[in-house]
Amino acid sequence: MPKDSGIGASPKRREDVRFLTGAGNYTDDINVAGQAYVHFLRSDVAHARIKGIDTSAAAGMPGVVKIFTGADFEGVGGLPCGWQVTDRHGEPMQEPPHPILAQGKVRHVGDPIAAVVADTYEQARDAAEAIEVDLEELPAIVDMKAALADGAPKLHDDLTSNLCYDWVLGETDDAVVQKAFDEADHVTTLELTNQRLVANPMEPRVAVGEYKRGTDEYTLYTTSQNPHVIRLLMCAFVLGLPEHKVRVVAPDVGGGFGTKIFHYAEEAFCTFAAKACNRPVKWTASRTEAFMSDAQGRDHVTKIELAMDKDNNFTALRTNTLANMGAYLSTFSSSVPTWLHGTLMAGNYKTPCIQVNVKAVFTSTVPVDAYRGAGRPEATFQIERVIDKAARERGVDPIKLRRQNFITEFPYDTPVALTYDTGDYNGTMDKLEAAADIAGFAARRAESEKNGKLRGLGINCYIEACGIAPSNIVGMLGARAGLYDAATVRVNATGSISVMVGAHSHGQGHETAFPQVVAEMIGIDESQVEIVHGDTSKIPFGMGTYGSRSLAVCGSAMVRATEKVINKAKKIAAHLMEASEADIELKDGMFSVAGTDKSVAWGDVTLTAYVPHNFPLEEIEPGLEETAFYDPANFTYPAGAYACEVEVDPETGKVTIERFAAADDFGNIINPMIVDGQVHGGIGQGIGQALLEGCVYDENGQLLSGSYMDYAMPRADDVPFYTVDHSSQTPCTHNPLGVKGCGEAGAIGSPPAVVNAVIDALQSGGKNVTHIDMPLSPGRVWAAMNG
Amino acid sequence: MYNFEFEKPGSIADAVAALGSEDAMPLGGGQTLIPAMKQRLNAPSKLVSLSGIAEMKGVCVRDDGALSIGGATPHAVVAAEAGAHYPALAGLASHIGDPAVRNRGTIGGSLANNDPAACYPSAALGSGATIVTNNREIAADDYFQGMFTTALEEGEIIVEVRFPIPEKANYQKFVQPASRFALTGVFVAKYADGVRVAVTGASEEGVFRWSEAEAALSSDFSASAVDGLSVSPDGMIGDIHGTPAYRASLIKTLTKRAVAAAA
Repeated sequence: MPKDSGIGASPKRREDVRFLTGAGNYTDDINVAGQAYVHFLRSDVAHARIKGIDTSAAAGMPGVVKIFTGADFEGVGGLPCGWQVTDRHGEPMQEPPHPILAQGKVRHVGDPIAAVVADTYEQARDAAEAIEVDLEELPAIVDMKAALADGAPKLHDDLTSNLCYDWVLGETDDAVVQKAFDEADHVTTLELTNQRLVANPMEPRVAVGEYKRGTDEYTLYTTSQNPHVIRLLMCAFVLGLPEHKVRVVAPDVGGGFGTKIFHYAEEAFCTFAAKACNRPVKWTASRTEAFMSDAQGRDHVTKIELAMDKDNNFTALRTNTLANMGAYLSTFSSSVPTWLHGTLMAGNYKTPCIQVNVKAVFTSTVPVDAYRGAGRPEATFQIERVIDKAARERGVDPIKLRRQNFITEFPYDTPVALTYDTGDYNGTMDKLEAAADIAGFAARRAESEKNGKLRGLGINCYIEACGIAPSNIVGMLGARAGLYDAATVRVNATGSISVMVGAHSHGQGHETAFPQVVAEMIGIDESQVEIVHGDTSKIPFGMGTYGSRSLAVCGSAMVRATEKVINKAKKIAAHLMEASEADIELKDGMFSVAGTDKSVAWGDVTLTAYVPHNFPLEEIEPGLEETAFYDPANFTYPAGAYACEVEVDPETGKVTIERFAAADDFGNIINPMIVDGQVHGGIGQGIGQALLEGCVYDENGQLLSGSYMDYAMPRADDVPFYTVDHSSQTPCTHNPLGVKGCGEAGAIGSPPAVVNAVIDALQSGGKNVTHIDMPLSPGRVWAAMNG
Repeated sequence: MYNFEFEKPGSIADAVAALGSEDAMPLGGGQTLIPAMKQRLNAPSKLVSLSGIAEMKGVCVRDDGALSIGGATPHAVVAAEAGAHYPALAGLASHIGDPAVRNRGTIGGSLANNDPAACYPSAALGSGATIVTNNREIAADDYFQGMFTTALEEGEIIVEVRFPIPEKANYQKFVQPASRFALTGVFVAKYADGVRVAVTGASEEGVFRWSEAEAALSSDFSASAVDGLSVSPDGMIGDIHGTPAYRASLIKTLTKRAVAAAA
């Protein structure tokens, strides 16, 4: 019987009422009295030296308040990178400066050169057109291999080359790896691209900076997934402001997908300019600007090799990847192809010897950083594509080959630095085989063939490392931040509760799911619990939402703080009932004394806490408010198995997804409906990558896919109805809720399932196609069939 | 968007007069022009809206049997009202863009713009339509003169489009995944005196007639009649969505499908 409240229930998302009725409060809804508007003059070439900027004509245009160039920011820092990667020789990565406005050079189309603040947005834009910029164009650096060639033009003059780092994880001795391959019975090799994506949250980025001269205080309203992180980075590394004088507010945010984690130039600019102009300054990105200034995702080029013995046991795995950083190091860019990617290369399999090599490359393109999944989709795609190819080469069933190599004993130390705490990959695969009706596939294929279509079945398994992350471990790996989170549980006198959390909800449903936990622990109605997030002046210092971490990390802090509240409330209840604290029980919102009929209600205790007339003041303080910081002991390891069935039109190459089944193990689940939604959305995004989306630059570094006319987002008719099963549950062993995280799984697990299915379909039609790079657009599939 | 003057005349004569000023542009439904102006890629001094001219709106059958559509008629009206007379044309109109585009965008605007991937040019050319302007009648075969280029002169307005109604017809659109314009679209219409096949989306020269297929289908209106033909990739569009060879292949596939669907 499903519960109707508390943990495991599926109440409707309370935040949706305001989102769906136009009552949300997004950053662009915020207008501060007297505000001016900024327009950024952005480079229209990929790489050039700035010989001069003449703002004199523009400065006299109507409404212009002030014009800024890179020279105005020489006294402040640049945008920092939050993770220092150490290369295979023990040297730190090459880390070029990332100025707020370009200094000396522009390095990608969209790089901001100047900023015009004016009374209206149109006036700012008019004046920007009157700025004369003298650019000496330099060769664009687009292709990663060419960028690393001897004598290639350098993007950053002060670096030794365009190589950011050359990094190795796993078995570092090349000879040991080579020996494993030499001794293999079979080696499967695959070269593939994980194409660049544009995150495209529905809401573009917005920033409003405000400065109050009277109190020397700043406020930045911004579209962020982590307001405290933005405040820390902006204050400590960029503008040199005291944190206590700066408030960062991230109100309702219309989707993040990773691209709103990072600290952007426009945020620091609006904060800085608000003081310089003595007026609030607002910036709202156009979609065109979003395409050329939001950090983009993926963009890996990889060669992967899988060695097997005569019985098809995996014996070694070797990958070599070029990872595109774009023109500058975005906030967490360096960690994505390394610690969020290389560490996942064991997948769900007990391959004993693994070597991962990643070379990160600077190119004259928009910076690349974390995007839903961040490194883990890239890892999963390689592993699961090469396994599928291996199964075909060996003539074995792809499910059987995976099962044979599954990790089955936990905890399991991988050769690539992780310890999986728990999992049941065979059990999850059992769920998938049922949910996907694998047994019925042959009949469905025959039916498709009757209609002139090729039908394919693609299987995929994934594992991800979520609940980011144990601070001491990531610190050793180069993170320049801790990755705990925090929650304050403030019980009001009348018993209702405000929970201030470091996590930020931008579509995840925290305002609904988090209260389910607190309400269940105390035994009160969920409507009595409210979540407060997104404002550094209200919430404790938490690290925000990304990496499927909110419930596993911030939710754990919330549990700990609630436990502290309950413990204190029990002391008060014991005092009121003149009983021993050890005998106090809390159930359904009532404190009672074990073995008696004495009880006192939650509301009576909370009122006593704030009206302490009859109160143990000598033992405890009045009030009922507790804070907890939670630093996880390990990552969490959601895992799953996906099955995709496609039809391919052999005449046009058009792929349609006919069925999609997902079996996920997320550990314990708080709100199954929200989990379903997260998986649906993630799969939709993964299907977008597999079939539709691709960010393409030409050889001059011009963005060919710079609008929705050429960048294909998935729409409702591109995706099927999903069958989602998350009844395979091995609870996380090290956090109090036993939860693992579900936000990225769909985007990680679905692209290889789709591609595997298309290859299966083409092979069934007698086409000797072993790989097609994403997106599997009709033109590409047709070309592969007719190549 | 830059500043501009705006006029909304009530008659064709007033519209022509208003378009006499320098850099004035006619505004149909604005589904192409307005986004271009918002991007500051187009900066007319004046917009002359054609949406207030009653004589340029509506769908009716003429005495000579041709279907007449006013130049300022939105796609949604064609989709709703042309179906009884020319279902293939109504079907085409019903799949242009999204509901917002169909309720604002007009047939005259589409034909005047002559986007190489637009749907309507293939219907007009494939039907041997007549483009009626404020001062002349232009045969479709003379009207389309390459990408975004037509026989229209400065200030000339499409007031009506006349479609001879075929015995059978069908339009097959294969959509470009992002824009959902035609990556390639083929309009096939069978008339008593022969078959016309018009192709949009594929050629660097804009909409064109595939004459070999027309000849083959005029003697045998069946999909298999096209089997032995092929389209040369030379002159076809190549971009991130498809190569010239792919578009050439689609032309043949879609022609066969259109014939099969029409027959």
